[in-house]
Amino acid sequence: MATNTGGLSLSQQRQRAAFWFLAPMLAALFFVAAWPLLRTIWFSLTNTLLSDLYGGEFIGFDNYLSLRVLESGRWIWRGTLVDPAWWNAVWNTVRFAFVSVLFETVLGLIVALVLNAEFKGRGFVRAAILIPWAIPTIVSAKMWAWMLNDQFGIINDILLSLGLIDQKIAWTASVDTAMYAVLMVDIWKTTPFMALLILAGLQMVPRDIYEAAKLDGVNPVKVFFKITLPLIRPALAVAIIFRMLDALRIFDLVYVLTPNSAATKTMSVISRENMIDFDKFAYGAAQSTLLFAIIAVFVSLYIWLGKVDLSGEGQK
Amino acid sequence: MIIMKGRALRATATAAMLAVFGAPVAAEELFYVSGAVGNAVENFKALVKPWEEATGNTVTMVPMPASTTDQFGQYRLWLAAGAADIDLYQTDVIWAPQLADHFVDLTEVAKDLAPTHFPSIIESQTVNGKLVALPIFTDAPALYYRTDLLEKHGKTPPQTWAELTETAQFIQDAERAEGNADLWGFVWQGNAYEGLTCNALEWVKSFGGGQIVETDGTISINNPNAVEALETVKGWVGTISPGGVLAYQEEEARGVWQTGNAVFMRNWPYAYGLGNGDDSAVKGKFAVTTLPIGKDGDTSAATLGGWNVAVSKYSTKQDAAISLAMYLAGPEAQKQRAINESNLPTIVALYDDADIAAAQPIIPQWKDVFLNAVPRPSAPTLGKYNEVSAKFWSAVHSTLSGEGSAAENLELLEVELTDLKGSGW
Repeated sequence: MATNTGGLSLSQQRQRAAFWFLAPMLAALFFVAAWPLLRTIWFSLTNTLLSDLYGGEFIGFDNYLSLRVLESGRWIWRGTLVDPAWWNAVWNTVRFAFVSVLFETVLGLIVALVLNAEFKGRGFVRAAILIPWAIPTIVSAKMWAWMLNDQFGIINDILLSLGLIDQKIAWTASVDTAMYAVLMVDIWKTTPFMALLILAGLQMVPRDIYEAAKLDGVNPVKVFFKITLPLIRPALAVAIIFRMLDALRIFDLVYVLTPNSAATKTMSVISRENMIDFDKFAYGAAQSTLLFAIIAVFVSLYIWLGKVDLSGEGQK
Repeated sequence: MIIMKGRALRATATAAMLAVFGAPVAAEELFYVSGAVGNAVENFKALVKPWEEATGNTVTMVPMPASTTDQFGQYRLWLAAGAADIDLYQTDVIWAPQLADHFVDLTEVAKDLAPTHFPSIIESQTVNGKLVALPIFTDAPALYYRTDLLEKHGKTPPQTWAELTETAQFIQDAERAEGNADLWGFVWQGNAYEGLTCNALEWVKSFGGGQIVETDGTISINNPNAVEALETVKGWVGTISPGGVLAYQEEEARGVWQTGNAVFMRNWPYAYGLGNGDDSAVKGKFAVTTLPIGKDGDTSAATLGGWNVAVSKYSTKQDAAISLAMYLAGPEAQKQRAINESNLPTIVALYDDADIAAAQPIIPQWKDVFLNAVPRPSAPTLGKYNEVSAKFWSAVHSTLSGEGSAAENLELLEVELTDLKGSGW
């Protein structure tokens, strides 16, 4: 040992050991995350077709933006960046992400506060509330598709018999309600996940602070805003980042519930459509790359503006 | 009696096949992938049983979603990856030009069988002289109508779309006044998918508005007749058709129809057999006719559908797979399909078959319907067909759901298709 590490200080030895411990994980990350990402970016710079995956040639940024001059002398911009269908999908995705994450956070917080209180059968309720999150999305989306069916769906039946609506609503078909239907199912499904993450944060809050506040006779609303919320803020911020990442790449729910509807088509859905259905693999890859860039920008902005501490330094 | 007859038929079929395909060599296990509507899985098991007995091979059907758009996406993915898991694909009539490279050329093995089929169908499956897939049944939709309701209200089957609108509205109003609150006039397929392209092509064509992209490649969709057709249909949504029809595919429409809640339905022949099943609320209470026309002088249009079987180039059991493809495209299997599933045969002689005429009286009448059927523009648009179709159904779906008028959307569609076409399809 002494000969091998001769001349290295203790901290250098430790760094070297740390590197070898980390190496398998770094290699795994490279193969499952970095390599596919780099491949996708490379494909987006070629004219690859799905029917001929290895025959693509480098064409630069033409999939993103290119200028063509027609014989008549007219100039035409082409590419994803001037494709209205793409921008419609971006808008749908962003709208979906903001609304769903907002509702899921607020509802998740409420659920977490309830679950944090001491009551009989708390363990059972905690387990039960996780059920929507445990069901695979494909299954729950299909289940909701039946429940939202305009003619034999149970939702319309309930609303009709309660007298809340006077005629059956075509939830997933109508452009006005398709997005609400998708949002509703997503909120139903993911609120438990948010509740769980927030609950973990709530349980870190020391009980004696609450007892002190109680002795001082502080109003419970004030306790929530002045004590609970600031103390769980780091946990909440991380939970929101997780959800935001997830929401911006929403695919399965939309694909099952409202496939092909322009009102709900998201970035992932349109990129898949180009790659697979239209045989424009490179064009879809360009959209996937933009999707990656948009998510990266959103998360960086959020971390920067919200001063979220992901390094753990603040905990020391 | 029927059972006896079935057994006798099967025994002859088995003997015939032993003669054709030879004795079993080694038992292979094949995988056949197909979209599944109605009782497709059970029917397929019964259909291939004689072949399995004759050759000793077994075949498992891998059921896929009913939407052809979804199926196509999955198949293209498998084929692009060169997957050997699936040996045979059941392919839509429009797919041949797009998937031709991935399938085995069947010209040589089917040189005796192919000429017995309708030449136009064989031609649709031939790409650059290569026979990509063998037809197993053809499809042409029709107008289903409730004979009991029409009779009760003294109406006759409609000849024009205007008559259909009027009759549907009249019966719907009258029946609802009598307490039949869930009854709708007309159900069809309005979801944004390939099926809407089929429906909309029929409306446009029967109003004299052409067929989107003509056979010579010209884009013809932006014309006053097409606008009139779409505006007429837009008037149905929420009046004689439920608002949810814009999310219906074939099975949703059949769901409303077969529970007795629609006066008219546009659907493919498979719904005829299922509608006469024992669990059907409309058993014996309906009939079919050709789809209506726009106005006098127009002709009825039915979109040419149909399914074919193709053998994957990546299959490791090609010999067995080809033998199964030949069986499925052959007269025994097509006859069984016609009798059990009301699928239209593609073999000309079967339209004069007495057993089929007895079991499914509509089939012989159908010959003329589909001989005049309109093909979708998959031949002129080649590899871009899917995108053309998606743009067309999106424009139609937007129009029907009130996002812009038909004239605006079709004008925009023409621009998009011209862009897509570029210097040529």
